[in-house]
Amino acid sequence: MRSARNLMLGLTLAAVWATRASHSAELKDLYFGEALYQAYQGHYFDALERLDAEMAQHRRVDERERDSLFFHIKQAEFSVGDFELYYRMHHRAGRAIKAVLEANVEDAVRNEAAFRLARIHFQKDQPRNALEALERIHGDVPVGLRDEIEFLRANVYMALGRAQDAVEVLKRLQGSRPLTGFAAYNMGIALLQSGHQPQALQQLDKAGQVDAHDSAAAAAIRDKSNMVLGKLLLDSSHFARAQQSFDRVRLEGPYSNQALLNSGWAEVSARNYQRALVPWGILAGRDPTDSAVQEAKLALPFAYSKLNVHGRAALLYDQALTTFGQELVKVDASIKSIRAGKFLQALAREEVLQDKDWVIRLRALPDEPETFYLATLMASHDFQTALQNYLDLEDLRRRLTAWQSNFDAFEDIIRLRRLNYEPLLPKVDARFGELDSQVRLRLEQREHLRKRLQDILIAPRPELLATADERISLNRLHQLEKALHQSNDPKAALLQERVERLKGVLTWTLRTQYAERLTKAHEHLRELDRDVAMLKARYDEFVRTRQAATHSYAGYGTSITQLRSRVHDALQQVNTLLARQGTLIEAVAISELQARGDRLEKYQTQARYAVADSYDRATNAPAGGGQP
Amino acid sequence: MNKIIQTVLLTMLIGAACTAGRAAEAYREQMQGLDEQVQEVKSDVLSIAAQLNQLEERLLYPSDTHLAVFVALAKGETLRLDAVRIQIDGQPAARYIYSFKELEALQKGGVQRIYTGNIATGQHEIEVSLTGKLSGGKDYTHTERFPFSKAIQPKLIGVTLAGPDSGQPSINVGEW
Repeated sequence: MRSARNLMLGLTLAAVWATRASHSAELKDLYFGEALYQAYQGHYFDALERLDAEMAQHRRVDERERDSLFFHIKQAEFSVGDFELYYRMHHRAGRAIKAVLEANVEDAVRNEAAFRLARIHFQKDQPRNALEALERIHGDVPVGLRDEIEFLRANVYMALGRAQDAVEVLKRLQGSRPLTGFAAYNMGIALLQSGHQPQALQQLDKAGQVDAHDSAAAAAIRDKSNMVLGKLLLDSSHFARAQQSFDRVRLEGPYSNQALLNSGWAEVSARNYQRALVPWGILAGRDPTDSAVQEAKLALPFAYSKLNVHGRAALLYDQALTTFGQELVKVDASIKSIRAGKFLQALAREEVLQDKDWVIRLRALPDEPETFYLATLMASHDFQTALQNYLDLEDLRRRLTAWQSNFDAFEDIIRLRRLNYEPLLPKVDARFGELDSQVRLRLEQREHLRKRLQDILIAPRPELLATADERISLNRLHQLEKALHQSNDPKAALLQERVERLKGVLTWTLRTQYAERLTKAHEHLRELDRDVAMLKARYDEFVRTRQAATHSYAGYGTSITQLRSRVHDALQQVNTLLARQGTLIEAVAISELQARGDRLEKYQTQARYAVADSYDRATNAPAGGGQP
Repeated sequence: MNKIIQTVLLTMLIGAACTAGRAAEAYREQMQGLDEQVQEVKSDVLSIAAQLNQLEERLLYPSDTHLAVFVALAKGETLRLDAVRIQIDGQPAARYIYSFKELEALQKGGVQRIYTGNIATGQHEIEVSLTGKLSGGKDYTHTERFPFSKAIQPKLIGVTLAGPDSGQPSINVGEW
């Protein structure tokens, strides 16, 4: 099953499925926009950190429709799953997408989620689960996803050994432009798996001639189709047709070296030794770290010897011996360099983090391993995952280390704030206590006035609106009246009359000016209200500032202690995993180099025998026969 | 010599990838086991980051003084943004020079948090300056000032930038 999976290139389409640029809807939540900003740069840890926080806050809000993330919540839920996927957290990504699947959402949204979940299962080598997820797709399917869903379904069928079902699905996808080459190639493999060899060869022949529309991926899959077809034809001794297939592989593509090598072998198998010299001649002049090139260095003199040009063969075997010797030195040096930890050090370089192609260019640095020997290994999915995990762990280690030092800074801030505030606050509190009583008194007075004015509206009492002079005069008149009542003076009656007249004047004023005075009183109350509101705002601001002063240094102890301990534990765990991951990467790389070294040694032995044999034959040949 | 052909042919048919495949296969299980553990530790560190963020926000940027300024590009904007400078109440707050990757992220609709700080409640002024190149290659610089008020809740200011030919204001400030 795995070999079939290795042949499938479905996953190479992940790039097609990758980030679909948003900017389609107006952004309402800045923090969501910030998460996208990080994700678009490939900073998935930062993107997840931001989005997790934003979504957690959204879930805590009572009226979610009033929260700005509400407008993007569906996109955000998908994005979390996507970011987790890109950050290689398949378990969490799966959970995030399942949550969307189980929610009450539209068909199109649910179907996209089911497709994404299926894709995760397929990537994790769980085709049965992938198929279950795909079977949940029904109803409205987003147009842009239809072919991708069917292509994935075909790949899942193939992984499950249901090649015939895959063929049926792939037949319907042959016209899909985004899947140009991929659908054709996979159908060839599916036909092969289902035992329809002639149809498979026909299909691969078609896949080997598709128009790649300037797409590098389609051109690569076309080359791969030709390679597989050529090998199958070579196996079944159809040398001329095999030759045609190999010739269709681009001379500058990733399969070029293998195609040239196999092309030569097809000619040799058909006993066309002279014609085998052309592809092998080209190949032998290429980078000697490539395994096909190394093989060509042996194959080329072999063809010359078959043509009885033993002198030339001997010369080329000799050159091959020199090359193998030099390459063995490189392999040994590379193994030493890896054992000295230089490979891992180089992998953690900033250039590698910025540009993944740098992994290959490491060879340009002094004392670094020959990464071209590791190119095939590095291209494998498992090694890539291990390498990415190593880089992710290295990133986590850097973050955790920085956080550890942050705690000391936080504690310093807290200590300084305590030192600043603690001596000040008792005095501030005492003064505030006094002001607080005054403020409360004034507020009570204002409330009293409001009530009185309210009462006046119901039962008018003009005397309550008397001015201070008027109130003094009235009091004086009351006192006089009282005194006159108790007096036996014969002039008292006359005086009483004057008091009554004066009271009448005051009452007249109070009554006639009542409405005007009442309006003014209300105006004054409103003015007072404005002052009171200002007072209250300043009062509240003071209370908040006072609380903030305490909050700026109190109540952090427990959370800092807990976080410090969590960071410490996580750092230990990361260091352990980093060491294990690193050791594993080194072991795999060394094992690969050793295998290449073993093969070079075998080639060396073969070349030694062959060079001696060729010299013998060249020496024993009639004059002129040993030269090309 | 026939042996050589046999060996070489066999190598050819199995292919170079098989060597790598064998080595990878032998370590595959170990790699998968480690992958599970790496996923767990990532999850753990993300949860620490969330708590740490809360702590930082409480300690360094309490809500009553919290001010954050974000930068976005207007939809479909072709301006090649080089740098943005922010001043608050006449004081330099942030200055940022954009890499190609960052500019691309902005063009796709991402929003950059350019400044986080503290400010007292009340009336303030923000000054935004942008430097860039127009699609024709001409240099473009623009500066504008905007008043804003800070209340007791955290203040988020979104600055949207555009070129002079976009038909939109070159600098638009929205409050969230």
